Amino acid sequence: MISSLKKRTRFSLNRRQKTFLTLFSLIVFLICIVLVGALLDEGRIATNLVDRNLVPSFDHPFGTDWLGRDMFTRTIMGLSLSIGVGLIGAVGSISIALILGTAAAIMGNKGDRLISWLIDLFLSVPHLVTLILIAFTLGGGFKGIVIGIALTHWPSLARIIRVEVMQIRTSEFVKVSRQMGKSHWWIALHHMLPHLVPQVLVGFTLLFPHVILHESAVTFLGLGLSPHEPAIGIILSESMKYLSSGMWWLAFFPGLCLLIVVRTFDNIGEKLRMFLHSN
Amino acid sequence: MQLEAKNIGFRYDNGPWLFQGINFILKPREIVGLTGVSGRGKTTFCKILAGLEKPVEGSITLNRKELHRNGYHPVQLIYQNPEKAVNPRWKMEKILNEGWKPDEELLTSLGIEKEWLMRWPNELSGGELQRFCVARALGPNTRFLIADEMTTMLDAITQAQIWQAVLEIFKKREMGIVVVSHEAKLIQRLCHRVIEINSL
Repeated sequence: MISSLKKRTRFSLNRRQKTFLTLFSLIVFLICIVLVGALLDEGRIATNLVDRNLVPSFDHPFGTDWLGRDMFTRTIMGLSLSIGVGLIGAVGSISIALILGTAAAIMGNKGDRLISWLIDLFLSVPHLVTLILIAFTLGGGFKGIVIGIALTHWPSLARIIRVEVMQIRTSEFVKVSRQMGKSHWWIALHHMLPHLVPQVLVGFTLLFPHVILHESAVTFLGLGLSPHEPAIGIILSESMKYLSSGMWWLAFFPGLCLLIVVRTFDNIGEKLRMFLHSN
Repeated sequence: MQLEAKNIGFRYDNGPWLFQGINFILKPREIVGLTGVSGRGKTTFCKILAGLEKPVEGSITLNRKELHRNGYHPVQLIYQNPEKAVNPRWKMEKILNEGWKPDEELLTSLGIEKEWLMRWPNELSGGELQRFCVARALGPNTRFLIADEMTTMLDAITQAQIWQAVLEIFKKREMGIVVVSHEAKLIQRLCHRVIEINSL
């Protein structure tokens, strides 16, 4: 009985290992997209009027557009760019959330009320509207989008961090730590941070797809990245004009790829949550 | 070296006074029992003695000097629920050594087994965790120990073993101990004098 159990555990993975394996392969997949996007030759998306409007084939897996640009290259580059924007935007948002959330929990009653009010204020307006406003005010482009995203996506995470810090701050093990003569910094680093890491990590990955979709949406509306850059939002908005002439591949493959990448991030977030909260 | 509470009064915000004008002296080599009906402020008084809560009135002094909040506190409090008093994301070894490195002898007398050190807190029972909390609080600079219902959650055998170990240390180090408990038998066995919180 016991030996048969042992055999099973040796040859099949347990759930934790399976989760870890999936997590690992998903992350590798995303890194591949970024790397391929960065390494692909710019020449492949140069205008080539001979190969215009080609249907998907082995030479051009996603077809070519009305200027003869290879859609596969454009899509991958666009995804890579989107992931980059997502990364910077998400990191900015997380930093704001971390600082404000911790400050609200530590600064006492008045600071808490001010920051909670700020969180409620940002949550009460649809953040796509705020994002468009900020991106527009900053003149659009890469900078406008990144700053806009960083400034609009922090409130819900800040709220979670605030509660978490409050809970740990009043917990008995922190009081014991104070009795042992540990400094506030030591406690923040050793007691609080380990509790915040899972929240921040999961929040980060779940923010990512959100950010990418918003970046595409704002770019699609013409307030984001400039038209010559191979961003997914630009590809989609351009292809709208050619859909009616039967060039379905212009929108289909980039849209599908965007969906896959977003789902991948969602999956990573889920798996990460399972992985970190299992013990 | 004596721990003195002078004219202590406490209330939450503007609520009614939980207690007022409490005077209490704890000397080394003394075990004092503290009893009283639930909700009369035994735990709050313990927290004030250990410097975790500031009294609204009065002062706590050690050797006639005010205690300051920095550095290792000579008055250590042991809580009722060990599960809450350890960080669930730390291994037992780190928890045990947070304040000082307990020696082998103490660990043996408290019945802490070597292999427990590599475990997470949720892999140990309440009794086993409480042994760690006791060992952790018995640092070389601990002058007074406040056991707030320290063994209430534990079975009789564990209770006896933990108290045996604490009493050994108590004799060796000339500490003062406050025991809060509802168990009359335990208080009777351990304490040199017993105080009812209402009579303070």
